[in-house]
Amino acid sequence: MSADRSQPRASRSAHWIGRNIGLLLVFAILASSVALYCAIYFAEQKTLPGNFELTSTVNNTMPLAMSALGQAIVILTRGIDLSVGGIMDFTNALAAVHMKADPVSMIVWTVLVLGAGALGGLLNGLLVGYGRLQPILVTLATLSIFQGVALRVLPEPGGAIPPGYTAALVNTDQPYALLYVLGAALLWTALRRTRIGVALYAIGNDEQSARAHGVDVVRTKVIAYTLSGMLAAAGGLCLAANATAGDATSGSGFTLTSIVAVVLGGVSLFGGRGNMIGALAGAFVTTMIVNILFFAHIDPLYQSFYEGLFLIVAVVLGAALGGLLKRGRA
Amino acid sequence: MSDNAQHIADAQAPAVEALRISKSFGGVHALEQASFSAGFGEVHALVGENGAGKSTMIKILGGRLRADAGELRIKGTTATLRSPLEAHAFGLRTVFQELTLLPGMSVSENLLLNHEPRGGLGLIDRRATDRKADALLAELGIHHIDPRALIEDISLAARQVVEIVRAISQDPDILLLDEPTSSLVEREAQWLFGHMRRLRDAGKCVIFTSHRWAEIIGVCTRISIFRNGRDVGSFDSIDEDEAITLMTGRRIDAYFPTPAAHTPAAPQLETRALTGRVLRDVSLTVAPGEIVGVGGLAGQGHRELFFTLFGADKATSGEILIGGATKTIHNPRDAIRAGMALVPEDRKSEGLLLPMAVRDNLTLAILPRIAHLGVLPLGLERQLTSRIVDALKVRTPDVRNAVGNLSGGNQQKVLIGRWLLAEPSVFLLYDVTRGVDVATKREIYDLILRLAAENRAVLFYSSDAEELAHLSHRVLVMREGAIVAQLHNPGLNAEDVVSAAMKVALVS
Repeated sequence: MSADRSQPRASRSAHWIGRNIGLLLVFAILASSVALYCAIYFAEQKTLPGNFELTSTVNNTMPLAMSALGQAIVILTRGIDLSVGGIMDFTNALAAVHMKADPVSMIVWTVLVLGAGALGGLLNGLLVGYGRLQPILVTLATLSIFQGVALRVLPEPGGAIPPGYTAALVNTDQPYALLYVLGAALLWTALRRTRIGVALYAIGNDEQSARAHGVDVVRTKVIAYTLSGMLAAAGGLCLAANATAGDATSGSGFTLTSIVAVVLGGVSLFGGRGNMIGALAGAFVTTMIVNILFFAHIDPLYQSFYEGLFLIVAVVLGAALGGLLKRGRA
Repeated sequence: MSDNAQHIADAQAPAVEALRISKSFGGVHALEQASFSAGFGEVHALVGENGAGKSTMIKILGGRLRADAGELRIKGTTATLRSPLEAHAFGLRTVFQELTLLPGMSVSENLLLNHEPRGGLGLIDRRATDRKADALLAELGIHHIDPRALIEDISLAARQVVEIVRAISQDPDILLLDEPTSSLVEREAQWLFGHMRRLRDAGKCVIFTSHRWAEIIGVCTRISIFRNGRDVGSFDSIDEDEAITLMTGRRIDAYFPTPAAHTPAAPQLETRALTGRVLRDVSLTVAPGEIVGVGGLAGQGHRELFFTLFGADKATSGEILIGGATKTIHNPRDAIRAGMALVPEDRKSEGLLLPMAVRDNLTLAILPRIAHLGVLPLGLERQLTSRIVDALKVRTPDVRNAVGNLSGGNQQKVLIGRWLLAEPSVFLLYDVTRGVDVATKREIYDLILRLAAENRAVLFYSSDAEELAHLSHRVLVMREGAIVAQLHNPGLNAEDVVSAAMKVALVS
C-alpha cells in the first residue's frame, strides 16, 4: 500500500477526455455534417452558406435544442420524458392564442407559458417520484393529456405571435438565438456544480447507492421532470415564434426527436453518463441532416427514410470510433 | 439525569446490541431470534458458514434491511433504522459486501458525495474536491488511487479500498464491514487491519465478517458465531476446531438419504486441465450413477466451473469430455446437445420464466422434439407434464398455474423436471437447495439420489457442507479456482469439508 505501487497519474485533460468521449464524438459528427452541408451547398450554389443559412439553421434548431436539454436531464436520472411533445403542443398553442403585441403581455405570457410547462413537468415528477410509477407509462399518459388540452386551447391551427416576439426569440436577420444556446450551456455548467446536478448523475448511476449516501432521490426526480417540462415549454415558445402562429399538433414530433438528439449527444439511455452540451450539439446535428437532405434534392416523400439512414450511420460510426478511443486509452 | 450522567451511561452501554432479531425472505429464515452485542474498543468478528445470517445481520445493523422482529440498540438507545442514512445519524458507517459506489463518477465524487467543498457562487469546486479526496486517501496511506479516475475504470480491489476509505473518513464511532477483504490482496488486507486496530485503540467499535480464519484470529478481540440464522455464542478466544464444530453443528432436523454405492465405470463427464478467467487447471471425472460434490469457501470458482461446463462462461484452455468424447462447448445450446443440464441457484434470472405456466416451463427445453410441424400436440404436452409434476411432487393446484406463484423449492423442482424431460446424461446442480424449506429439501435430496440411480452423472455444488458430506460419493474442495482437496465417502462429515476448505485457506 505504499508509494512503490503508485502509478503515474493521468493528467487532468486525459481524465476529461475519458469522461467526455461521447461529447467529443457528437462534436465530430456535427463538424462533419456541417462540412458535408457546406460542400453540397457549394456544389449547388457556387458559394458558401452565409449569415442567412446560419440564422435559419439556429432558429430551426431552437425548439429541438430546448426540449432535448430537458429530455437529457430526465434521461440522466435513468428516466424518460415522452410528454415533451405534448407540452410543446400545449405551450405553443397557449402562446399563439393569448400573446398580444405589447411588451407587458409578451413578458407575462412568456412567464405563464414556462410556468405551465413546469407545472406539467411537476405532475410527471410527482407521479414518478412519489408515486414510484414507471416514467415511460406516466409520461405516455400525460403526453395524451397535454395533447388533448392543447387541442382544447387551439382546435384549429391559428392564433398569432407578435412579430416583435419572434424578433426577440428567433431573430430572422441575425443568429441572435445562439445567445440562448450559449446561456443554456452556461446554466447547465453551473447546475452541474450544485448538489442537484451531482444528484442527477448519482441516481442515474445507481439509485440505491445514491440514496444510501444521502441523496434525496424523490426530490431530485421531481426537479428533473419539472425542469424538463419548463424547457419543453421554452421549446414550444420557440416553435410558435418560428411559425408566428400556433398549431396544437406541431410539437408532438419532438418527443422522439428530443430523445434522438440526446442519444446522439452521448447521453446514456441507462442514465448517469453524458453531458447536456452534447444534447445541444445532437439537436444541431439533426437539423443539419434535414438541411443536407434538402440541398441534396431528396424527394420530401423519402426524407424521413434518409433521415433514419443518416442517423444509423452516424450512431454506428460514433460507436465504432468511441470503441477505438476507449481501447486506445486502455 | 444530568447531561454528564447521561454521557457516562452511554459510554458504558455496548456500542451495538442486537436482541432476538428475526428476518425472513419469502418464508426462508435468514435470521431467527439472533442476538449478539459488541462494545466500544472492540473488533468483533461475526463468523459462520454461508447462509448463517452474518450478512443479513450487518445489513440490518447498517440500515439496509429492516428486521421482522427483535430489537436493535445502538449506544444504549433503541434504534429503528429505515435507511443507511438513519444509521449514519448514530455515528455508524457500513462497508457493504455489494459495494455502493457510483460507477460512472470519479473516485473523489464518490468519496465526497454530499460533502463537496464549495467555491465561488456556492458552486462545487471540482479541483478542491479532487484535492480533498487526495488528502483523505493519503491520510489513510493510499497513494496508488487517482481521485480523478472513474470508479468503473479502477480495479475491484481499488474500489473496495475506496469504499473502506469513504466509511473510515467519515469518522464513525461504529464501523461495520461485510467481507471487506474478499477482493483485497494480502497487503491491502493488512492495511485494513491496521486501521481496524487503530479505530479499536481509539475506543471505536469495529464489527466485521470474514471467511478467512487467519485474519479473524489476527485482528479481532471477540467472536460471535452464527449458525442457520441463530447465534450460538460469543467468545473472547476460541480455537479453530471448536469454532468449526459450532459453525456446522449437529442439526437435529437434518435428514440425509445415503446414496447407493455406484459401480466404478468410465466417466460420463470429464474435464482435463480446464482453465479460464478464474478456473485453474481443473481436472475431474464423474461416472454414470456417481454424485460428486463440489465445496469450499464462497467465491472460489465453483460458479465459474459450472457455468464453463455449461458453455455460459469461457474456458481459455482445457477439454470437456462427455461419454469419453471431446465436446466443443461454446454456449448453453452446445451443452444441452451434448447431454448436459444445469440447475442454477438463481431460478429467477437463470432458469424459469416466472409469469408463465408450470406446463410451459416444463416443456420449454423439449419443444422442438415434441412439436409436430411447429404445432404442440396438447394431449402429449399435458401427459408429459402431469407425469413430471406427479413424480417430483410439485405442489401446484394446476399445471397452468404461473411458476412465479410456487414456493422456491417447488420452482426448483419444476426446473429439474424440465431437464428430466430432456433426458440429459449429466446433471449440474448449483446450490439447488439454497433458500428452500426443510421438507422440500428432503424431496430434492431424494431426487438427486434418483438421478444417480437412473445412471446419470451428477456434479453438485452446495454452500451447505452438511449436504455435500452426506449426499456425495466424493467431495472436491476448491480454492482460488483450483481443486485443492478430494474427500471420499463413506464416513465424511460436514466438519471434514469445512475444515478442508479452511485449512487450505490457512496454508496458502
